[in-house]
Amino acid sequence: MRIEYFQLIDRIVDLNLADRKITCEATIPTVSTVFEGHFPGYPLMPGVLLIEAMAQTSGWLVVAANDFKRMAFLASVKEAKLRTFVLPGQTLSISSHLEHEGSGYAVCNAKIRCGGKVVSDATITLRVLDFPNAEVAEEMRKLADKIGLKIEARADG
Amino acid sequence: MSDTFEAIANIIAETCDIPRDSITPESHAINDLGIDSLDFLDIAFAIDKAFGIKLPLEAWTQEVSDGKATTDQYFVLKNLAARIDELVAAKGA
Repeated sequence: MRIEYFQLIDRIVDLNLADRKITCEATIPTVSTVFEGHFPGYPLMPGVLLIEAMAQTSGWLVVAANDFKRMAFLASVKEAKLRTFVLPGQTLSISSHLEHEGSGYAVCNAKIRCGGKVVSDATITLRVLDFPNAEVAEEMRKLADKIGLKIEARADG
Repeated sequence: MSDTFEAIANIIAETCDIPRDSITPESHAINDLGIDSLDFLDIAFAIDKAFGIKLPLEAWTQEVSDGKATTDQYFVLKNLAARIDELVAAKGA
């Protein structure tokens, strides 16, 4: 997890487009400037970043469901719950289910587990738009490749 | 008034916290009710789920941008209800 770069997903563990589900994994670093402020002497993973991790996980699912031809942007977060403190060094299992694919938007139900226990959940709505330009599309493909999202067979399909 | 209009009026009232009495078949969702694009996503989601359809919002928006349609055709509620009825009928055909 590269918190300062907002790259919160380490790897895709499972992607099942038939069931419209994804599971990602991410380990929170033990050292980050984020923890110097949140909070001094009591480092906690900020809840907004847990929500962002659910949004990114849902985003990869939607991008994959769109054959990597479109991009997902966070539009709204509902019923977000931050159930317990999450600490530096902990590994998160972040899952999302694509509940509905609308025209230009998608609704996902996401969850984060830590040590088998649900620590956060939310309903995430994403706008689904064309990539703003070819460079962004290429950068997203590189990032997808890095985290293990297999798109080669689908990219030209 | 059609059942479809009643259903979408109730969805709009609940989703956007707009008094149900102020929503009429002649209301324009954007111009009269002040619904913005983000709130309309919630409405579209609720309509999609309630009717088992997929409102073609992107195609409608494109048609309006291209000057091939007016927003009245899709966002005046009696017209929206008619479009929904067409989509439901097409689904069952």
